[in-house]
Amino acid sequence: MMANHLHHKLNRKEWTIAIVDERTEHHYQPGYLFLPFDIYKPKDIIKSIKDFIPADVNLITKKVDRIVATENYIQMAEGDRLHYEVLIIATGAKIAPEETAGMSGKLWHQSVFDFYTFEGALALRNKLRDWKGGQLVIHITEMPIKCPVAPLEFAFLADAYFKHKKMRDKVNITYVTPLSGAFTKPTSTAALEHLLHEKNIAIESDFAIATVDNDNKTIVDYGGKAIPFDLLVTVPTNKGDALLERSGLGDDLNYVPTNKETLQSKAHANIFVIGDATNVPASKAGSVAHFEAEILTENIVHYIQGEALSASFDGHANCFIETGNNKALLIDFNYTYEPVSGKFPFPGIGPLGLLKESRMNHWGKLAFRWIYWNVLLKGTPIPFVSSQMSTAGKNFK
Amino acid sequence: MEKIIAQKPVQVNEEGYMTNFTEWNKEIGEAIAKENNISLSPKHWEVINYIQNEFKNEVPLTIRKIGKSGLVDIKEFYALFPVAPLKTATKIAGVPKPASCI
Repeated sequence: MMANHLHHKLNRKEWTIAIVDERTEHHYQPGYLFLPFDIYKPKDIIKSIKDFIPADVNLITKKVDRIVATENYIQMAEGDRLHYEVLIIATGAKIAPEETAGMSGKLWHQSVFDFYTFEGALALRNKLRDWKGGQLVIHITEMPIKCPVAPLEFAFLADAYFKHKKMRDKVNITYVTPLSGAFTKPTSTAALEHLLHEKNIAIESDFAIATVDNDNKTIVDYGGKAIPFDLLVTVPTNKGDALLERSGLGDDLNYVPTNKETLQSKAHANIFVIGDATNVPASKAGSVAHFEAEILTENIVHYIQGEALSASFDGHANCFIETGNNKALLIDFNYTYEPVSGKFPFPGIGPLGLLKESRMNHWGKLAFRWIYWNVLLKGTPIPFVSSQMSTAGKNFK
Repeated sequence: MEKIIAQKPVQVNEEGYMTNFTEWNKEIGEAIAKENNISLSPKHWEVINYIQNEFKNEVPLTIRKIGKSGLVDIKEFYALFPVAPLKTATKIAGVPKPASCI
């Protein structure tokens, strides 16, 4: 995304752009949610990285050992070095089941699954195809996590999936969260809590997991409360890439301390950070990275011209939330404003309704995959949706 | 909405969490603790000060993080604030409870 933006903006006689990525494939991570329910196939969510790199950008497929920020170079695992004038860190966030005692034990990918990795989502799909029912526990270990609404979407889609298979009466769904409830903002709680009752999803809140007890098939919290499961779908602790720990650039969860407005690293002026790799208090969501990219492009141009970094990110996020049965919600919010009802993107007109279930929003969510591959990765702005959140057409108190 | 805590009018939300941290003072913290049946010891205050600093630095608070703070381990944190410890401790500290985006 940044390569696509910057190769238009930079004077290519003076600048070269390189991308270092150890992988050769790019995954559409929002698609992992749909894989367990046989809604998407693996081929829908994987494409070759090189298809998205402009011809004049150098793609280096190598593993990085560490970033030596004090001397402005990247040390490759193979021993060679890549020097830089400006570095953008976009290493994302990953699950770390090993952070919770027993989570990656003998039941891992047998009765305990994640759906935040391709392997986890695929193993869960295979499990669900034959599962006869019982206690399904959907669990969040701790915040922050990528796509904070994904576990809730999983619960809604599971309800629809088992109804469709005519076995909903054989499945109890419990949603377990370390927060005070499935919804934590007053407006969302008022508007959406009924969905949980309608779908017969039980809530266990304020649950701080201590261990996964593999022998008794329970999760146990620090207060001693135990919840039994037959099938546990958990979102393990999320952490930034271990590279940042090796490089001394991360906080205790390996996220890079980043200025939340300019997206410049707090420790090094020539390092910028985008997406899930930052510690900024925005959602870890694809739309956030997209909006950040527009701000960051401006600020990098300012930086190399020796100007003040005047572009300011407002924390804008825009997310579809699947609620099952071909319906979805849409939320739009930023650092300052919580999600509220209204119309989007055109005030008073829509066609999409905010914080309200509709079929139109579901089609929006499915269309988003096409937008991701064809618009977002190419760094093209989404028509009518600006990087700064708009307050028009929204019902604030 | 406004609520009188320790003889001072402060802004709180529907659940009683203060919405303007600059209105907080120690007496208010003690009064909220009392409402939650907690008598504040020096150890409680260390944890509350830690939570307030993390809030000022915009670092998301988690139970695990408090367990790694060097002040208390997680079991001690539960002993200090027995019922929903993070929710209670943030309320006393005058900062928002940990939240998600919706």
